[in-house]
Amino acid sequence: MMLQSAPSISPDALLDVDNLVVEYPVGAKIVHAVSGVSLQIARGETLGLVGESGCGKSTLGRAVLQLRRPTAGRVLFDGHDLTTMQGDALRQMRRRVQLIFQDPIASLNPRRKIGDIVAEPLVIAGVKDPEKRERLVHEVLSAVGLDPTLVVGRLPHEFSGGQCQRICIARALILNPEFIVCDEPVSALDVSIRAQILNLLEEMKGRFGLTLLFIAHDLAVVKAVSDRVAVMYLGRLCEVGPSEQLFARPAHPYTALLIEAIPVPDPDVRPTETVPVGEPPSPIAPPSGCRFRTRCPRADQRCSDEMPELRAVAPGQFAACHHPLV
Amino acid sequence: MTGNTLLSVEDVVVDLPTPRGNLRAVDHVDLTVGAGQTLGVVGESGCGKTMLSRAILQLLPKKAKLSGRVMFDGQDLLQLPPEKLRKLRGRSLAVVFQDPMTSLNPVLTIGTQLIETLQEHLELNDATATRRSVELLAAVGIPAPEQRLAQYPHQLSGGMRQRVAIAIALSCEPKLLIADEPTTALDVTIQAQILDLLAREQRRRHMAMILITHDLGVVAGRTDEVAVMYAGRVVERAPTPALFKKMRMPYTEALLAALPKLDAAPHTPLPAISGRPPDPTRPLQGCSFSPRCRYAMSRCQREKPGLEAAETSAHQFACFHPIETHADANV
Repeated sequence: MMLQSAPSISPDALLDVDNLVVEYPVGAKIVHAVSGVSLQIARGETLGLVGESGCGKSTLGRAVLQLRRPTAGRVLFDGHDLTTMQGDALRQMRRRVQLIFQDPIASLNPRRKIGDIVAEPLVIAGVKDPEKRERLVHEVLSAVGLDPTLVVGRLPHEFSGGQCQRICIARALILNPEFIVCDEPVSALDVSIRAQILNLLEEMKGRFGLTLLFIAHDLAVVKAVSDRVAVMYLGRLCEVGPSEQLFARPAHPYTALLIEAIPVPDPDVRPTETVPVGEPPSPIAPPSGCRFRTRCPRADQRCSDEMPELRAVAPGQFAACHHPLV
Repeated sequence: MTGNTLLSVEDVVVDLPTPRGNLRAVDHVDLTVGAGQTLGVVGESGCGKTMLSRAILQLLPKKAKLSGRVMFDGQDLLQLPPEKLRKLRGRSLAVVFQDPMTSLNPVLTIGTQLIETLQEHLELNDATATRRSVELLAAVGIPAPEQRLAQYPHQLSGGMRQRVAIAIALSCEPKLLIADEPTTALDVTIQAQILDLLAREQRRRHMAMILITHDLGVVAGRTDEVAVMYAGRVVERAPTPALFKKMRMPYTEALLAALPKLDAAPHTPLPAISGRPPDPTRPLQGCSFSPRCRYAMSRCQREKPGLEAAETSAHQFACFHPIETHADANV
């Protein structure tokens, strides 16, 4: 198994993902969705995870929560290895970790009332007192900016996408979790609603003392909420670093390409005619060496022979590249 | 607007009957596009931008009621018999949708679909049509175009399918291309490539384009003029540089401010627009944006502001209390 070295950032890591591998068969072939990813998230930190479709970022998020069991590697949550946990132990641990999905409407059962949907985690967790459940549901719905008395008796289809995402956030918060994986939580929302939900997530993070893994394809969205950002390409991490620093001085050519490709809302900034960089190769047969080399302007022989490890390029900033930009 | 007017949309209204009552999707819209020019139409979901493009293309749902006038290249499209309209669409009036599978047929090869379009409109023979198809696929940046002719849409990636859809749209040298969120379903690096491709082909063919998008960033560097839509109406319209230099309609300003900025520090709270757009089956008496607008006064709730010109005739906005000075700090 190839190892991508772990940049240790903090002894106070709430989550420590070590050399995680997720592979699954498609017919006779194997999809290398996540290939040896290591990362840590400190308590109270938001780590942004960016990458294009099919880079394995959602698979990584699910493997962290054991919703898809990893092929190899360890996921230490608060010192406990989730990958070896089974049954009750895992269920107990899951009270402390939650997931928010991209499509808020699809993640709510259309036939159940909002009150029941938000209370469901309490029922599963064994909170038997209905009055206590009702009180907690009202508290959490108010926290996410909804009027509980107007909301609890209604069905999901009566709400807009933004309101449904508020309901999903309420459901994720009701067990008072420590860690939430947000998988593209605002991609399906309009610009004006997106800002509301991003602000809400930030507010909830402060209020509930959350640690977040924030997965998205939009770099500006990720930067708005993240302390550090990890860039993923074809199953591997290219670069990890403090948000501000990573966007100001990207070290990996792929990070630089992603930043350059963002349309800027300023007519004086003429879009640069992008280099024809083609499309990502298939994760069924990833390129040898550096997986980005087939689209990289700096690639040479070494990049196809030798897989680059994550190395420090600046304080706190790590890049997996033989020819980093800084 | 410079040059000859190619398209003019005059007082267009689109009504859709729904179980909850009449839904006014497009509410008295006027627009013009000059030959070779690019108009950006910006707005959020449900603002009517797609229904407006369908009204131009005469591809509205059967139950929809349309009034007004759509003049294209000297002809009133609303008066044109269906057969003439069908000939026009695909020939001088082409469209690219957000999801390329909307326009591609999943059971026909790429080659069949391209060649069919060319033969239908240009009456080319098989050999010429095949050669033109290969040229078109190469022009839109598809590697190994000869081999692609025998492939089916599902064998291509999303970005490649969109390139094929663009190749088909460009095949008969249209005078106007309507691109409805052409890159929304694509990744950011592919988005940049597709937008570059559209801009390059547009210059080369002196083709006019309506670029419909929810992203102010996409229109900023790539259009001559921008129309911002809200609740079925055009609420601001201006040459692109003028718009970004001096936004007058509070909605446009709020929409730009709500975008996360790459140069802002992490954890900067975003100036979000509170509330959400009005229910289109329950039109408001006054300005549709007034319930969410921080400048709104009582007149805004009572009266609907018309789209009127400011200091220059090209810059129009529908607002009683337009923004006077542009706050640079927000951008």
